[in-house]
Amino acid sequence: MLTKRIIPCLDVKDNRVVKGIKFLNLRDAGDPVELGARYSDEGADELVFLDITATIRFRKTIIELVEKVAENVFIPFTVGGGIQTVEQMDEILRSGADKVSVNTAAVSKPELLTEAAQRFGSQCVVLAIDARRAKDKPHKWQVCVKAGTEPTEIDVVEWAIRGEKLGAGEILLTSMDADGTKAGYDNKLNKAVSDAVDIPMIASGGAGKLNHLYDAIAVGGADAVLMASITHFGNYTINQIKDYLASRGLPVNIQ
Amino acid sequence: MIVVIDYNVGNVKSVCNALRHIGCQVTLSRKRETIEDSTGIVLPGVAAFGYAINQLGELAKLIKKLTLDGKPLLGICVGYQMLFDQSSEYGRHDGLGLISGSVIPIPINPQLCVPHMGWNQVKLPDDMDLFTGLGKEKTFYFAHSFYADVTDLQAKTAFTDYGFAMPAAVQKANIYGVQFHPEKSSITGLKVLKNFVEICLRNE
Repeated sequence: MLTKRIIPCLDVKDNRVVKGIKFLNLRDAGDPVELGARYSDEGADELVFLDITATIRFRKTIIELVEKVAENVFIPFTVGGGIQTVEQMDEILRSGADKVSVNTAAVSKPELLTEAAQRFGSQCVVLAIDARRAKDKPHKWQVCVKAGTEPTEIDVVEWAIRGEKLGAGEILLTSMDADGTKAGYDNKLNKAVSDAVDIPMIASGGAGKLNHLYDAIAVGGADAVLMASITHFGNYTINQIKDYLASRGLPVNIQ
Repeated sequence: MIVVIDYNVGNVKSVCNALRHIGCQVTLSRKRETIEDSTGIVLPGVAAFGYAINQLGELAKLIKKLTLDGKPLLGICVGYQMLFDQSSEYGRHDGLGLISGSVIPIPINPQLCVPHMGWNQVKLPDDMDLFTGLGKEKTFYFAHSFYADVTDLQAKTAFTDYGFAMPAAVQKANIYGVQFHPEKSSITGLKVLKNFVEICLRNE
């Protein structure tokens, strides 16, 4: 049986890891190479690296940083941020990433998901969705692009379903309402998406306490949980998280 | 020196990074002399089977010959699948034929996703040298849609559970293969690579 994955996320801006609240008020959280190596050693199941400066334009400089991070990361490694073409994906994968995550580019050019899946396989293609609760509609969420700065009219659940059909192998779902609040994941959103697709869904945004992680999996139906603040700033270690989830009966990978 | 075969498939760099991290001298190459001079060969690979075997081209014969002469070989993922007789991934393709068996699709099971992607437990037999010092069971990272149905009576096999007992690793004399990615399986995976390097050193 596959285990539930614990995935720390490095939001990288100007070569530093940062963490904000609801995508704003960024605070420095360290060096990406050091943090990546630490998470790999501590038993994280995967690492996600998002270049949050890059959403408008893909930055070549990120390749070098990805290479450096990959040298010390011996767990699956996903990279995203501003990627717009399969050539850029190829470059990212060749520099040591195992998967690429696309967000804005997939919204403006959905066939990118198909091209990527055909060239690298679906297992390499992660569709990242930034979701914001629609005003006056408690069970509707809208897709936001360009690092959350631009709301669209696209419905999150419909986009997830379409993304799977187009070739995404995984959905990385971030609740912008919950991001950085440490008040728990948006499990209504998580459940709506995980019920709608067959591919794995990674829940992101809102982790503050251990039971939040449990709830994202048990209530939200997530296959994996993404976190930043609670592990970057030393509130919990990866092992503490896994021991807790195991004690509540979830299958986790303890090395 | 361990040679990692460079044949234009994904993920070769990760394998080199991991081997370097454990202190192994490693060369990424497709040169005949380098492969001949190596103490052991690692055949990595993230690609479709047909593409991978085509990219390997003439090197297939050389690797097969050196392996049959006793040089340790470790196949990883598609590199492992290529050790077998054949695959049915996007048409029928011949493998290296070093171990009897066929590479076939993971059977459809409504409860389980294909590709089989993520961390899964592998039962580790005592007599498989790659798993020395790792205990009875460990979790490894997998990412694949086809698996090798091992029919070779001389091969030792380790299994994982994915709705059925699915082969996850083989060993036949100096030929080793793992369906999972040791270079992406954290400290447990690095230990498997270390064990392979030690096998190569003992063989020198």
